[in-house]
Parts: sequence; structure tokens; C-alpha cells
Amino acid sequence: MLKVTEATVRFGGLTALDSVSLSVDAGEVLGVIGPNGAGKTTLFNVICGFVRPNSGTIEMDGRRLARIRPHQLAGLGVARTLQGVGLWPGLTVLENVMVGLRHQARAGLVSALLGLPRSDRSEVDLRASALEAMERLGITDVAGRPATSLPYGIQKRVSLARALAGSPRLLLLDEPASGLSSAEMTEMGEIITGLAQDMAVMLVEHHMDLVMSVCHRITVLDFGRVIAAGSPAEVRDNPSVTAAYLGNAVDAPGASA
Amino acid sequence: MLSAGFLRRPLVRHLVIAVVLVVVLFLVTGILSSYNNFQIALIASYVIAVAGLSLLTGLNGQISLGHGAFMAVGAYTTALLETHQHWPLALVLALSAVTAAAAGLVTGLGAARLRGPYLAGATLALAVGLPELTIKFTSTLGGESGLPVNPPPPVSFLGASFDPNRYLAWVSILCVAVTLVLLANLVTSRFGRDFRAVRDDEIAASLSGIRVAGNQVLAFVVSAACAGLGGAIYALATGIVNPAGFTLVLSIAILTGTVIGGLGTLAGAVWGGILLVYLPRWSESLSNGFKLNKVVSSNLSLGLYGVVLIVVILAFPAGLQGGVRQAGRALRSRFMSGPGSSGSTGAAAPAGVSTPVASGGGGETS
Ligand SMILES: Nc1ncnc2c1ncn2[C@@H]1O[C@H](COP(=O)(O)OP(=O)(O)OP(=O)(O)O)[C@@H](O)[C@H]1O
Ligand SMILES: [Mg+2]
Repeated sequence: MLKVTEATVRFGGLTALDSVSLSVDAGEVLGVIGPNGAGKTTLFNVICGFVRPNSGTIEMDGRRLARIRPHQLAGLGVARTLQGVGLWPGLTVLENVMVGLRHQARAGLVSALLGLPRSDRSEVDLRASALEAMERLGITDVAGRPATSLPYGIQKRVSLARALAGSPRLLLLDEPASGLSSAEMTEMGEIITGLAQDMAVMLVEHHMDLVMSVCHRITVLDFGRVIAAGSPAEVRDNPSVTAAYLGNAVDAPGASA
Repeated sequence: MLSAGFLRRPLVRHLVIAVVLVVVLFLVTGILSSYNNFQIALIASYVIAVAGLSLLTGLNGQISLGHGAFMAVGAYTTALLETHQHWPLALVLALSAVTAAAAGLVTGLGAARLRGPYLAGATLALAVGLPELTIKFTSTLGGESGLPVNPPPPVSFLGASFDPNRYLAWVSILCVAVTLVLLANLVTSRFGRDFRAVRDDEIAASLSGIRVAGNQVLAFVVSAACAGLGGAIYALATGIVNPAGFTLVLSIAILTGTVIGGLGTLAGAVWGGILLVYLPRWSESLSNGFKLNKVVSSNLSLGLYGVVLIVVILAFPAGLQGGVRQAGRALRSRFMSGPGSSGSTGAAAPAGVSTPVASGGGGETS
């Protein structure tokens, strides 16, 4: 579904991505791991059009996304959660999720201004689908609360619900388990495994237990280069991966970060 | 079942509140003096402009120090069309909003990449620069001395002796009602949600499919249209448009009214408008009461004005409307002693599915 071919990104003298290639298909969870500053978030930024690669291509369903702009992604069926939570503090949980559904909204500016029935119906539908997405993640009971007033673990779920609301085909998760308790992390793992039934998932994560248990394949980045790729077992046994992580304990680093 | 659903519709809710208020105010204008009616028109012009800026700054996170300039665009449009072309009032008012909206579009496009202090600077330049145009085009715009604006003659069935100021108060109340109903609809719609999402986090907003720049330009256009309509009423009320009436002071006053009333709330715009008209007068008459000499007294009135602003901001960081809401909540928890008894934040809104946050909910109340 998504194919990245030899993507290179330079920020001044720093090469954040160095000829990175990878691909992910529906029904699959691709893990992207690597030490801090390895280029994982930058890879997502390239896919989303926030950063233009100096060279290399991004293809979606065989079509090249040459000048993709971030706001066009939702329409292509790509959703992403941000490192941290990236929720809108001034919106309730329900509203946060409803914005995630906005490309399904049909009412135009005029019917919104005049409060026409068309606008109301569209809102009612959006609300119903949003509640459905929230139901799946068990957050309907906080629907009316300001999003950032909630415990961090719940906020993480809200941001996942927002991304899922639009029924994406490709989901990019940037550290969905950071800051979670180990019980919450186990739940997050189950959620991700469930999601991969009907979409492609790319998972950036520092928690090795989680990565090893939910990913079908893993790509390891270090200083912007792919230093290993393969099944969780292959990657785990790869000595260069261990070397890259030296200084960051391989198991469960970043439990605090 | 059906009627409950009917009443839940935002438009119906907004209209019911607006109609009730309009009727009450129409009746009130009958017992007020002609001068009070003139003040109502003045308040109305501020309320509309403040509501527009409140949407831009409070909901969309863009600051503007140039709304006085958009008011000027609306006011001059009215002067040119109403006085010289004798077009129907409703059309003149609508076109005043449209020309200001066009000015807002140009500004919004130009400002799309500007944030925070840079946006403030750019709009400040607009506030300072635009009135200068009237001097460039003295033959059409009247230069320093400006253009006269005829007060709109009351519609004939009211009779020849109907007080023009009372008629003007009616017109402006109607304009406020229409503007606030439209804005309340917009704010509770998905567009209002997008405005706030862009304000809170542009990156997350674009990932959800919002064209951030387009969204910001839209907010500018809507906001400028309001300022234009406010300016039109201002012109009708004061009977003259000239550059001295639309200086930076006006722009700052509008921003002050927005913040004091309560950023992002439509009800706050009403408080803001009232304050902008009455506060300077109160402080003036208060300082005159001390029977000091002229210079001291006029400075004292400015000082009092400033002190009141500071006190209000300190006492109500969320503006007067925030204070009203707080008081309402306190009263409710005292007399209903229901669930959610803890006075602080959590009690606010577990209801979930009904109306959202500040803006939407507050918009209709008053
Ligand atoms: N917009 C930018 N401008 C300049 N340098 C950048 C930019 N974005 C990222 N970088 C640099 O590129 C490198 C890769 O950063 P990136 O955020 O992709 O790392 P990461 O793998 O996501 O790290 P972490 O695990 O800490 O989130 C870092 O050295 C970072 O400082
Ligand atoms: Mg990162």
C-alpha cells in the first residue's frame, strides 16, 4: 500500500534520512525503531508532506505522492497520531474526534451560517460516527470533557480515536505507548493488533516489548540509515541493532521518557 | 419527541433567543430618550465589530489590530451608497459588509503566513495606513473632513413624526440580532470546530484534513464582514465618516472590548459593546464630579478608564462573560446542590453530547 523508496532528507549539514526504503501493506504492522534522533518522526513527516525529501519517492497504491500536502492525507485514507498527544485543548473529547471525521461532513458554509437542516443532519451523523469510534476505545464517558483535562493514558486513546474516526487505510502511530503504564501498554498492544485486521499500521515506538509483540516486520533506523529490517526475531538477533542501542538498554528504554 | 428535536436544532434555539430579545429591545426603545436610542445604535455598531473580532481572535487565534480599518471600509461604503446613490438601506448595509469582507480577504491572504506579533504588526499597519487613503482620494472620499451620512428615514408607515434615532436603534438591533444568529450558527457548526482546532494546534489540524491557511482566511473574511457592518451602523449613527473617526484608537478599543467582554464568546461581545460606549462616559462624568480643572479632570477620566479595565481583567481573566458564567455556575451549585458539587473545573460539563464549550454555548445567552 505505502512504499517509500530511497528517501533522503537533509537539514542543513545533518542527514536525517539517508536513502530509506520500506513498504507496508494492509493487514500488517510495520515497526520503525531506532535511538532518539534516528529519523523516525522525520520519516513520518516525509510521508505526510510536512517535509519534502531531497530525493526519493513516496508511493501510495502505486501512485506517486509527489507534492502531497498534509491536509490532503485524510482524503487519501492516511491518518497519523503525533508524538505526544497533539489534541486540541479548547475542544471537548467528542469535538476532537469529530474533527477527525471532517472529510465526511457534507454541509457547506452557507448551510452552516444559516443553520439549515442539512448542516444539522451532517452534525448528527458526524456525532454518531465519532461516538462509534470512541466506543471502540472505551472513551464515550468522557465525551464532554475538555480533551487535555484527562489523564495522559486517556488522552492517548482520544488521539487514537481521532485518527481512527475517519476509517483510514494507513495509520501512522508515533510513540503511542510513551507515558503509559504497563497495563495501559498491554491494552494499547491489543488495540493495535486489532487495528491491523483491516488497515496498514506503521508503529514508531521505543518500548521493545510492545514492538516485538505487535509488529509483523521491523525496520531499524540509526542516524537516518536503515541498519536492519526483518521479522522481530531477526531484528532482535541482529548484532548491529544491539550496537546501535548500546547505551540505551535494549529492553524497555524510555520507560520514563 | 419531534418538538424536542426541533428545539434542539441550533438554528431554532438561536432564533428563539434572538426574537425574544429583539422584541424586548424594540419595546424598550419606546421609553428611552432619543439620545439613548442613539447610544443603542452606537453600542450595536461596537457589538457587531467586537463579535467579529472575537471570532477571529478568540476562536481562530489570529490577532487583529486593524479592525478599525475594516469598520472604515464599511462606513465609507455606506456613506457613498446611502447618501449619494440613495439605495435601499438593507442593500447598503449588506454591501458595506461585503466590501469589508473583500478587504478582509485581501488582508487574510496577505497575512496567511504571519503569526502572533507579525500579524499584529501587519494589521496595525492597516489600521494606520488605510485611513490615509481617504486623503489620497479626497474628491470621492472627502479628505480630512470626510463625508456626511444621512440618517436613514424611518419607513413611511411609521409616520412622519417617528423619531429617526429610535428607527436607527431598531435597525441596528435587528443587525445585531441577524449577525449574532449567523455567527452562533457558524460557531456551533463544523466550521467553528475547525476554527478552534486551527487555533489550538495547526499541525494536528492539517493532519485532520483542515487547510490551515484557507481556514484562517475564512475567519478573516467573516470577521471583517462583521466589522464592516458595524462600521456602517457607526456611520449612520454619527452622521459623518472621516479619517479621525477610524484611527488606531478605534482598532484598539475594539480589541479591548473583545478581551474585556470575553474572547471567543458572542455574549461577551454584547458586554464589550456596552462597555466601549458607557465606560468612557462614566469615567468622564465621574471625574467631572470632582470639580477639578479641565486638564486634570480629562486625565483623571482616562486614568479611571484604565483602572476599570485593569480591575476587570484581573477579576475576570475570561472576560465579563466568563464572570457571568462563573456566577451562574456558583448560583446553580448553591441552590441545586446536585451532583458534581465540587466547585471547581470538573463539575462543568459531563453531559457529553449536548452543546460544546464556551463559544457555542455562551453565544446565544444574550
Ligand atoms: N525541522 C527540522 N529541522 C532541523 N532538524 C530537524 C528537523 N526535524 C528533525 N530534525 C533533526 O533530525 C534528526 C531526526 O529527528 P527525528 O525527530 O526524526 O528523530 P526521532 O527518531 O523521531 O527521535 P525521537 O525518538 O527522539 O522522537 C534529529 O537530529 C533532529 O534534531
Ligand atoms: Mg520522534
